[in-house]
Amino acid sequence: MTVTTPNGFSLDNSGQRVVVDPVTRIEGHLRVEVNLDESNVIRNAVSTGTMWRGLEVILKGRDPRDAWAFTQRICGVCTGTHALTSVRAVEDALGIDIPENANSIRNLMQLTLQAQDHLVHFYHLHALDWVDVVSALKADPKATSQLAQSISPWPLSSPGYFRDIKARLTRFVESGQLGPFMNGYWGSPAYKLPPEANLMAVAHYLEALDFQKEIVKIHTVYGGKNPHPNWLVGGMPCAINVDDTGAVGAINMERLNLVSSIIDRTIEFIDQVYLPDLQAIASFYKDWTYGGGLSGQSMLSYGDIPDHANDDSEANLLLPRGAIIGGDLNTIHPVDLRDPEQIQEFVDHSWFHYADETQGLHPWDGVTEPNFQLGPNAKGSKTHIQAVDENAKYSWIKAPRWRGHAMEVGPLSRWVIGYVQGRPDFKEPVDKLLTDLGLPVTALFSTLGRTAARGLEASWAAHKMRYFQDKLVANIKAGDTATANTDHWEPRTWPKQAKGVGTTEAPRGALGHWVSIDNGKIDNYQAVVPTTWNGSPRDPAGNIGAYEAALLNTPLAKAEEPLEILRTLHSFDPCLACSTHLMSPDGSPLTEIRVR
Amino acid sequence: MTAASGSQPRVLILGIGNLLWADEGFGVRCIEILSARHAFEDQVRLLDGGTQGIYLVNLLEGVEHLIIFDAVDYGLPPGTLKVVRDNEVPRFLGAKKMSLHQVGFQDVLAMAELLGQLPPKMILIGVQPEQLEDYGGSLSDSVKAMIEPALTEALIYLDAHGIRPVAAAADAEPLVDGAHLHPALALTDYESGRPSPTQAWRHGDPRVLQTTS
Repeated sequence: MTVTTPNGFSLDNSGQRVVVDPVTRIEGHLRVEVNLDESNVIRNAVSTGTMWRGLEVILKGRDPRDAWAFTQRICGVCTGTHALTSVRAVEDALGIDIPENANSIRNLMQLTLQAQDHLVHFYHLHALDWVDVVSALKADPKATSQLAQSISPWPLSSPGYFRDIKARLTRFVESGQLGPFMNGYWGSPAYKLPPEANLMAVAHYLEALDFQKEIVKIHTVYGGKNPHPNWLVGGMPCAINVDDTGAVGAINMERLNLVSSIIDRTIEFIDQVYLPDLQAIASFYKDWTYGGGLSGQSMLSYGDIPDHANDDSEANLLLPRGAIIGGDLNTIHPVDLRDPEQIQEFVDHSWFHYADETQGLHPWDGVTEPNFQLGPNAKGSKTHIQAVDENAKYSWIKAPRWRGHAMEVGPLSRWVIGYVQGRPDFKEPVDKLLTDLGLPVTALFSTLGRTAARGLEASWAAHKMRYFQDKLVANIKAGDTATANTDHWEPRTWPKQAKGVGTTEAPRGALGHWVSIDNGKIDNYQAVVPTTWNGSPRDPAGNIGAYEAALLNTPLAKAEEPLEILRTLHSFDPCLACSTHLMSPDGSPLTEIRVR
Repeated sequence: MTAASGSQPRVLILGIGNLLWADEGFGVRCIEILSARHAFEDQVRLLDGGTQGIYLVNLLEGVEHLIIFDAVDYGLPPGTLKVVRDNEVPRFLGAKKMSLHQVGFQDVLAMAELLGQLPPKMILIGVQPEQLEDYGGSLSDSVKAMIEPALTEALIYLDAHGIRPVAAAADAEPLVDGAHLHPALALTDYESGRPSPTQAWRHGDPRVLQTTS
C-alpha cells in the first residue's frame, strides 16, 4: 500500500523487508529497516535508535558547573562540543559573560574539532564506501604518481612513495589481520574508482591518520589535556602568560607559535590532500545521485562560531543560523531556541510517554519517561525484534520538529543556508567545486552533496582557525590576557531559579542543551543532538525523518550487500552505528557487516 | 626497539571505557586510583582514554610498553581478572566497540600497525564485567574488588622492567595525563552525587544492553 507523507514522500511497505541492525552492547546504535520493490529499490525506510539515553539520568541534582564534565563522557567523538554546549547553557541561565579571549579560544577548540572530525570521517569512516582497498593492490605506482601530481602540488607523490605504500598494504592484507579493512564489500561492482585512484586514497588514508594527531595538539594547548580537555563556566581554564614569568603551564609565546604552525599545516593538508581527493573521487560517482531526502527541502542550523564574545545575534555568527522549509530556498527563516512554538519534541513514535502524545514539548519542558512497547504489527519479541511496526512506537530517539517540520542538520544544511544567503566564504567554494565537476546546484541535495559540504567546511574551519589565532594573539599583545570571568562563580550569586540554552554546530549538526537550575542544582537537563534530528522517527502527522527520507528510492545492487544504505547513512556522519547484523526477512542472520 | 629519548614517554598506562556505564568504567578507575597513589617518572604516562576510539592512535607513537586496563568480555564469570600479553592482546579487545564511531581498540592497534607504530610490548589487564546496563552507575562490587589485584599486576610488570614509582603525597589527587580528573567524576563524588532511581530512570533497552555471555 502506498501512502504519501505530509512532507511529500511516497512510502510502500509491501515489498521484501531488509533489516540492517547494528547490535552493539554498550553505546548508541542505529537500526534501519527498509522495504524493497521487485527491482531492489528502497520504497519504505524506518530508522530506529536502539539505545536509551537521557542526560537527566546522570545530571539531576548535580552542580551545573560540573555538567560539562559529564556531558563530555556521553560520547567518544563530540566530547568537546558537548562540553562547550553545556557551559554555554549554564552561562546563559546565569547571565555570565565571557572574555573575548575565551571566545576566541573556544572557537579554536571547536574549529579544531570540525577540521579533525571531518578529516577522520572522510578518510577513516566514509571513504571505504567509495574506495576499494583491495583494488589498490592492482595499481601501477607510476600511474598513481601521475594521477596524484595532476590533481595537487602535495609533495608526497613520487612513484617510489606509492610503491612503498602498495608494499605496506600488501603485507598488511597478506597478514590476514585486516583490522579496519575487515568486512568491506571489496570487489563490488558499486565501486567505480580505477586501481590508481584507490591506491592514492589509501595512501592518504594513512597520511590523514598520522596527520590528525597533529591537529588535536591544539586541544592539549588550550584545554590542558587531550583526550577530555578542560572547560570552565565563565571562560576557559587556561592562563595566558606571554612574558614567561607566571604560573607553570600557562600559555606562552612558544605554545602560541606551536598552535600557529599546526594551523598552517592543517590548512595545507586539507587544501592539498582532502579537497583534491574529494573532487577526484566524486568525479567517478557523478551519476550516483541518490540520498537527497530532506536536503534542499527542510534544513536547519543553529549557527556557531561567534565572531565576538557575548553576542548571539545571527550577524555575529560565522556559521549561519536559520531554517529552510518547503524547499523554498529564497527564504531563510529566523530560528529562536527559546520560543516554545519552534523546537518541539514528539514521542508518539518513540519509546517515551507524554500525557498528550499528539503534542510536542519544548526542551525546557521536556519529559524523558520511557515506555518501551512494540506495535501490533511488530515481529519478534521485545528482546529479539525481527521487524518494528513503524505505525506505532519504534525508536529510542524522540522526533524533534521545527515549527512542525522534520529537518536535516549538518554541514550540508549549514552550507546551503550560507550559500543562499550569498556569504562569499560559502558561495565561492561551492560554485567552484560544482563548476569543476560540471554539476548544477541541485546536485548538492544528495549523499555526495553532504560529503562534499563536509570537505568544504573542513577547509573553511582550518582557515577560520587562522583568523581566530591571529585575533587571539593580537588581543594578548594589546595587553588583554583575561580568559575567565569568575564574578558569578559562587552559587550564592545566582538566582534561585534559572534556565538557559546553549548551542553549537557540532561536526554532524545542530546541538542544543537546555538546562533548568533550582537552588544551585540541576533540575532538568535536555539535549537535542544532531542525530536526534537526522535519525528522527515519524511524528504524529506522519512526517518521516532525515535518514528515512534519504534512503528512499535508492536502488541496491544486491539486497544482501547494502553498500548503498551505508553510503547514505555515513554521509550524515551518524554518531551511532557499528558492528551490524544483516537479518534476512525471516530473522536469521545472513551475514555480519560493519558500518563505518 | 627504540631507546627512550628525552621527554618521549616509553610507557603508556591506559584506562579505557565509559565511566558512565557501570563496570565499563573499570579501566578509567584503575588509572584514577593508580595515579592518586603513585608518582611516576616522566617517561611513564598515565592516561584516561575514555571512549576515544580512533583518536587513541595518536598516543601510541614511540610507546615501548603499553599497559591497558579495561573491562573485557572474556566469557568468564563476572569479576574474573585475566591478563594477556603481546600478540594475544588484539584478539581480546575485539568484542567491544568503544566510541560512537565504533572503532574498537583492536582496530586502533591495527591502525597503529599500519603506521608502523605498534608498541612492541603490550599487556592487557582486564576484568570480566558484571553490570553494563546501569547508566550513570558505578562499578559493581565484584569488579571494584578487582582494582587492587589489577594494579598489583601492573606494578609487578613495571617492576620487572625496572620501573618503580614512588608513593604519592598522602593528599594527592588523581593526575591523569598531567592534569586532574574532574573532581565531580572522581569515584567518590560520582557515586554520592548520583540521582535516585525515582528521580531518574536508569535502565536501557534490554535488547541491546544485555550482556552476551
